[in-house]
Amino acid sequence: MRRRVLGFQCMFPNLGRASPRRRIPLGTITILQWPTEVILLKNLVRTGEEMGSRERRVVFVTVGTTCFDALVKAVDSDEVKEALLHKGYTDLLIQMGRGTYMPSKVSVNSTLQVDYFTFSPSIADYIREASLVISHAGSGSILETLRLGKPLIVVVNEDLMDNHQSELAEELANRKHLFCARPQTLQETVEAMELNNLLPYMPGDAKQVVTLISKFLGFPVD
Amino acid sequence: MGLDALAAACCVLPVLLALLAVRFAYVLWRSGQPSSRSPTAGLRCLIVLGSGGHTAEMMNIVTALQKDRFTPRYYVAALTDSMSLQKAQVYEQSLIQSGEKITKNAHFMQIYRSREVGQSYITSIATTLLATLHAMWLVIRIRPQVIFCNGPGTCFPLCVCAFVLKVLGLGWSSIFYIESIARVKKLSLSGLLLYKLRIADQFYVQWPQLQQKYPRAYYAGRLM
Repeated sequence: MRRRVLGFQCMFPNLGRASPRRRIPLGTITILQWPTEVILLKNLVRTGEEMGSRERRVVFVTVGTTCFDALVKAVDSDEVKEALLHKGYTDLLIQMGRGTYMPSKVSVNSTLQVDYFTFSPSIADYIREASLVISHAGSGSILETLRLGKPLIVVVNEDLMDNHQSELAEELANRKHLFCARPQTLQETVEAMELNNLLPYMPGDAKQVVTLISKFLGFPVD
Repeated sequence: MGLDALAAACCVLPVLLALLAVRFAYVLWRSGQPSSRSPTAGLRCLIVLGSGGHTAEMMNIVTALQKDRFTPRYYVAALTDSMSLQKAQVYEQSLIQSGEKITKNAHFMQIYRSREVGQSYITSIATTLLATLHAMWLVIRIRPQVIFCNGPGTCFPLCVCAFVLKVLGLGWSSIFYIESIARVKKLSLSGLLLYKLRIADQFYVQWPQLQQKYPRAYYAGRLM
């Protein structure tokens, strides 16, 4: 079912691209109404040379609630887009937060589909749909992505006054849970990254701290 | 007459100061001691929230708390930060819906911020003073028995005020500081101050290398 939707998407890449939520029901209804047409369409797509039978592999870029134009500019550069395309990614979706830099929706070779939006209450849905996440160094975004088990490149914002943010990203990069980059080194990081080298992240929990606190306050340990 | 008063003041003042110093030392010592008696009722909690990941971590702790032991709960967040209180409200609402006792045991309050992200250190002094006065008002009103904080700027004035009340004998609170997961190599400013001034009763960090650097802190694993 889903494959058909994807094939359909390849033929009409601009159909329902505004948000992933809108896209799926649109395709589903189409299939339900005209199944044979869709299969035909799919075959047409299959025979097409450059469109091939590829799957959508989305790169999701998130800056959280911050303004991080340097990152948006970096992913919007031809070199980084080229590198992502080379790695087999097909779509680039940018959550640009409070930034003012508008990425160009059409890329040079127009095979990497670029789209962007400012904020969304459900960033997790976008992360779930992505094949690669490029994030700012906020602890919320980092841990959310790791929890959902997605490959992650963290780009540290060097313009912040009190730049403690790089600490977490660098520590987790040392532990091989993610890749850490700066806006100007993003291209090299994308080119050099080996997703197989990443180790899964085991989320911690608050039980240990709460037990210590309860004990300190004199509550019986259970 | 005036001379007598002056002489009396000269005698009384050093005694008062000495008493205060003794009390101060006692509170410092007593703060780090675990309680030997089990509390008989729920403890009034002050939970400090803050944007930039602090609220998410704090709500993780609140979720793990035994709610009957830590009640009522007073959530405090900066005036400019409505998202944090909203998250806490959603959580408390979910508790009520999942069949907890329907008593009003969660309260939500806002406080002046001592420092905005990116504010210069010089203007921070004035805003911190204002925040401290407001914090004192809140602490006197809430009279917390337990304080949870993990590093937003608003937590420092609140903890200082709670400590002053302890020294003055106007209320006792145990202050727990859980440093944010984002701090791997060094403590945040609030954390460092509360650690160095020994205001925090118990100090937890989420990375072992931090614990080695600050030996009075406890390493209790990651929260997230």
